[in-house]
Amino acid sequence: MKTILTGDQLALTIKRLSHQILENNSDLSEVCIIGIQPRGVWLSERIAQEIRSLRPETSLQYGILDITFYRDDVRNSLPVANQTDIPFSVENKKVIIIDDVLYTGRTIRAALDALIDFGRPRKVELCVLIDRRFSRELPIQPDYSGKAIDSIVSQRVKVYWKENHGKDEVVLL
Amino acid sequence: MRLSTKHLLGIRELSPQDIQLILDTATQFKEVLQRPIKKVPSLRDVTIVNLFYESSTRTRISFELAEKRLSADTINFTASGSSVSKGETLLDTVNNILSMKVDMVVMRHSASGAPHFLAKHIPAAIVNAGDGINEHPTQALLDAFSIRENLGSLEGKKIAIIGDIMHSRVALSNIYLLKKMGAEVTVAGPPTLIPKHMAEAFDLRVEYDLRKALEWCDVANVLRIQLERQNQVLFSSLREYNLAYGVKRSMLDSLGKKILVMHPGPINRGVELDSDVADSGQSLILQQVENGVAVRMAVLYLLAGREVQPTTI
Repeated sequence: MKTILTGDQLALTIKRLSHQILENNSDLSEVCIIGIQPRGVWLSERIAQEIRSLRPETSLQYGILDITFYRDDVRNSLPVANQTDIPFSVENKKVIIIDDVLYTGRTIRAALDALIDFGRPRKVELCVLIDRRFSRELPIQPDYSGKAIDSIVSQRVKVYWKENHGKDEVVLL
Repeated sequence: MRLSTKHLLGIRELSPQDIQLILDTATQFKEVLQRPIKKVPSLRDVTIVNLFYESSTRTRISFELAEKRLSADTINFTASGSSVSKGETLLDTVNNILSMKVDMVVMRHSASGAPHFLAKHIPAAIVNAGDGINEHPTQALLDAFSIRENLGSLEGKKIAIIGDIMHSRVALSNIYLLKKMGAEVTVAGPPTLIPKHMAEAFDLRVEYDLRKALEWCDVANVLRIQLERQNQVLFSSLREYNLAYGVKRSMLDSLGKKILVMHPGPINRGVELDSDVADSGQSLILQQVENGVAVRMAVLYLLAGREVQPTTI
């Protein structure tokens, strides 16, 4: 087991990602942030919170999206579906999809399909905490990346969140 | 997560965990049905045949919509106008359909146990859409979903099932489900329409006085008087049935509490349910129909799992 990010580093990374999102999007009214269920939501909640504290005068459009029914392997594993809550229209908006770990890219492929069923966004960007580079099975790359790591197939990246696991940490198993 | 069974033959074969999983999955599908594009690609490689040996409006349309919302391919088969009239047996018909590479069978049949018979002889997953006077599992699941949606949970809730208990597959499936999920059940109706030893067999209450049943319950599930299954006279006339067991506005208003009224449809207006009850705010009838699609999507989705080892991610 190897620590990729400690609690302090994770906090700094989230701050940086939030600032980068703001840097690229001065007008937040045209932006919506959507966390991918289940594990991307821990990260998206933190980023949304950070952005709200940096821009308290604007209301951030924030939603969560479950992609279970859009997975290309759905019939093999029948994962339990989680809640989807997108209480606004994504039509013509700039959507930033947030997930914790980008690996094969298949989850994001499913997320794009799911998102399009809610309308036609003007632009979609991807923000991830950990980018397991060189392991993609689809042509998908992040626009905002917390940390890029090199890993092999047998390894697993595990992200712990204080709200759920009692500590903030990212490790490679 | 998978169901503990390969088929949905009845609620009798399901565990409380299975029922919970179906209802929770249905909640997510109900959200899908509110989206601008009410469709997900989950079952786009699955073909489903709807085999209806008995007439049906709601159930058949509901299953077909559920299949289409999951992107499955569907074939509809109705016994009238098919080779059934030439004497082809049920097993032959189904085997012929399956040889055209069909993955799942949704079936309704007037003979109790017909889907159980098929399940023993064919490899496809079978969903019972009503078999004779045995079970109608998806109706019970959507009733439970509707109760849960309005009252939060099933546990400890008091449900009265009113009417023709003897001939009703909806009643039997509901009793199994509600007892498994910890609800209290009373069946009410004329003694001629309630089988003997019901109370001991299912650990429920039997009530012959409609008013007492309504005073006791949180939800009244009113059943249809099944005119097509009455081969002997079990009550003297429809008018007399309505006077003694028809749910009426005046009676509901005099209860001093607001109970919910459900009905599996089609309603015999002015027999088991008066129009001013069926069309009132207390009635969940159209909500039940709406929830039926989400619940059937959940059932089909959960039965469509492939038999492979899940790959580690």
